[in-house]
Amino acid sequence: MSHDTLAHLLAAAILVSLNAYVLLGGADFGGGVWDLFASGPRRERQRDLVIHAIGPVWEANHVWLIVVVVLLFTCFPAGFARLAIALHIPLTLVLVGIVLRGSAFTFRSYGSESSAAERRWGLIFAGASLITPLLLGVAVGTIAAGRVRAPAGQSFLADYVAPWLTPFAWAVGLFTLVLFAFLAAVYLTLEAREDRELQEDFRRRALAAGLAAFGLAVTTLVLAWREARLVWQGLVVRPQAIAIHSLTAVAAVTALVSLYRRRYALARLAAGAQVSTILWGWGLAQFPYLLPPDLTITGAAAPARTLALTAAALGLGGAILVPSLRYLFRVFKSWGPDTGSR
Amino acid sequence: MSDLLAARAQMAISLAFHIVFAIAGIGMPVLMVLAERRWQATGDPVYLELARRWSKGTAILFAVGAVSGTVLSFELGLLWPRFMERAGPIIGMPFSLEGFAFFTEAIFLGVYLYGWDRLSPRAHRLAGILVAASGAVSGIFVVIANAWMNDPTGFELVNGTITRVDPLRAMANGAAFQQTLHMTLAAYATTGFAVAGIHAFLLLRDPLNGFHRRALSLGLALGAPAAILQPLSGDLSARYLAREQPVKLAAAEALFQTRQGAPLLIGGWPDVEAGRVRFALEIPRGLSLLAFHDPAAEVKGLDTVPREEWPPVPVVHAAFQIMVALGTYLDRVSLWAGWVAWRRRDLAGHRRLLQAIALAGPMGFIAVEAGWTVTEVGRQPWIIRGVMKTSEAVTPMPGLVVPLTFFTLLYLFLGAVVGWLLYSQIGRSPQHREWSRLYRPGTARAEG
Repeated sequence: MSHDTLAHLLAAAILVSLNAYVLLGGADFGGGVWDLFASGPRRERQRDLVIHAIGPVWEANHVWLIVVVVLLFTCFPAGFARLAIALHIPLTLVLVGIVLRGSAFTFRSYGSESSAAERRWGLIFAGASLITPLLLGVAVGTIAAGRVRAPAGQSFLADYVAPWLTPFAWAVGLFTLVLFAFLAAVYLTLEAREDRELQEDFRRRALAAGLAAFGLAVTTLVLAWREARLVWQGLVVRPQAIAIHSLTAVAAVTALVSLYRRRYALARLAAGAQVSTILWGWGLAQFPYLLPPDLTITGAAAPARTLALTAAALGLGGAILVPSLRYLFRVFKSWGPDTGSR
Repeated sequence: MSDLLAARAQMAISLAFHIVFAIAGIGMPVLMVLAERRWQATGDPVYLELARRWSKGTAILFAVGAVSGTVLSFELGLLWPRFMERAGPIIGMPFSLEGFAFFTEAIFLGVYLYGWDRLSPRAHRLAGILVAASGAVSGIFVVIANAWMNDPTGFELVNGTITRVDPLRAMANGAAFQQTLHMTLAAYATTGFAVAGIHAFLLLRDPLNGFHRRALSLGLALGAPAAILQPLSGDLSARYLAREQPVKLAAAEALFQTRQGAPLLIGGWPDVEAGRVRFALEIPRGLSLLAFHDPAAEVKGLDTVPREEWPPVPVVHAAFQIMVALGTYLDRVSLWAGWVAWRRRDLAGHRRLLQAIALAGPMGFIAVEAGWTVTEVGRQPWIIRGVMKTSEAVTPMPGLVVPLTFFTLLYLFLGAVVGWLLYSQIGRSPQHREWSRLYRPGTARAEG
């Protein structure tokens, strides 16, 4: 296989891992959002459901992000270095969110039984659940806008703050956060199968988040026209854009309609498809660039031998990982008659 | 504080913090599986209680280890982008494999922790064994990547550009075997003695408590063999350093001049300006004997490289002395405990031994931190030895003292919380009334 084919293959592998992180880890973050906004008479039951749903799987879900980072620095070192320099501040905040969230979740699960302490950790867990998706989205928005460049050696603000402090980047950040919350609410309707009232709570939340996501999608697209022309063209003008947009639209409408009609299994499938097509839509929109406007996937790629070996390692790892993950989810996420209750 | 120093300090703090949890993530699953196995074999409920507590401890430590490890994977780029740009394609391989091992560990830890009532006893124990195995494997891969920085291979350097990259040869670098062996043994010795130390301390106050007796034996069963093997692994490392990384060994031993029949210095403070060591105990020809198993052999000193390529000698020398001293102590306590157990005497009734084990509790961690100081500070000023200086690798972003301060405070806070949680989860004697059945007195001699 040629160097360029390998590079594109591994870029696709990164997007697949990112997709897994968004669908699994993203939903865990979204769960934190619903923990923060738990309200009404069933507030504690809502929180319990979130903890119960996340508990066994969040560690594994979280590893997808590490896979993304490792693949990025192994296969696209030039891109990784540039990202790490230009986005130092938002990525550091992403880390702070990850550290606080992960440890607060564990401390709450294993800490003292006093409800005051549990609540304090819960608050940190929920607050940190906002930071990471928001700033990951900001990072993606900055990449899409073609603003991740080598520092020009001007001022600190111009090199390290201005690139990501734009309406478009923050709109993408908010969009990401709302999509994660949407995913979580949709998944939680299934987790709450045994408790109709709770299920209705999350159905309403999912519908609200779905509509908010639609509004933010439109906002993001309008801002993209002003700030991220390349991606805007990729999203609107290119022929494959129409195809992927239609898929997203079908998935989004299906998700909302099936939520409305209380067909939750279908809603989960459609919501997952919706978020995935948005992610791939972004990826295809900026193809062949890793970091627009100048660093291409092939231009940033490592030597062919590294790429080939990494691809082999991915195959080997996948052979171990896929059955293990299936086992994990089969044991804990069967949604059978004895799950969902505490 | 310069940005370079701030970046180095932040990296040092992040590593020092993470290593504690990484070690526990390797050692604790072994203890938890051992306890579960004993429970299944004997039906003794105390072992079940131990397995459950240790699995909770593993969960807490693993979670903090996972997030602090994520921080490190980002920090490699955030602080050292130029290093990752060059090294990424060469050492990305072990990191990728580590990613999968870590993934396996996370998956089966989830299965183990939440699967007590959902799996057959055999499947549950197997999940625990997979956690322990993948924990060890993921540690080994990360250390291989570090070993490459000390002994870079698998590429060619043409006019300062890296070409002909071969990730497999990079993984098979000369330092990999010694370093991974030393670190894996250290992880088991440290975890085993940390657990044994806590319970030895509690036994001093409550000598008949069967819970602590069983915990002590299991802790020693893991820690003592590793501590006894560690000096042999240290000997391998020292002889390898003498051949391949003589500057690091020279800094560790504060050997300023190359000489035959070099003496071994114990303690002392290196005076770098004067080029000699004050207040040290000198064992004639000792270093030559240790480094080459030949009392007359020539040992290379710091004078083999220019002054600006010396690592900070006092730091490396002091760290090395601490590591060796604490490792030796653990070795001797292990031999003593082995002797007492072999003579079929009651370990838990031997107060002097208990005091020695309690004292050993934190020593493994200190020795590991000191050992990593030798490896990392001893490589300075290089980030890739002989290829790239640390100062060339650092990010151009100014103001690095801000994230340094922030992460320091965050880690101090997390460290305090984890310490308290572990104490309340796994250290404290069972107190609740429903656990009173666990309070059976131990038998005349320790089990395990």
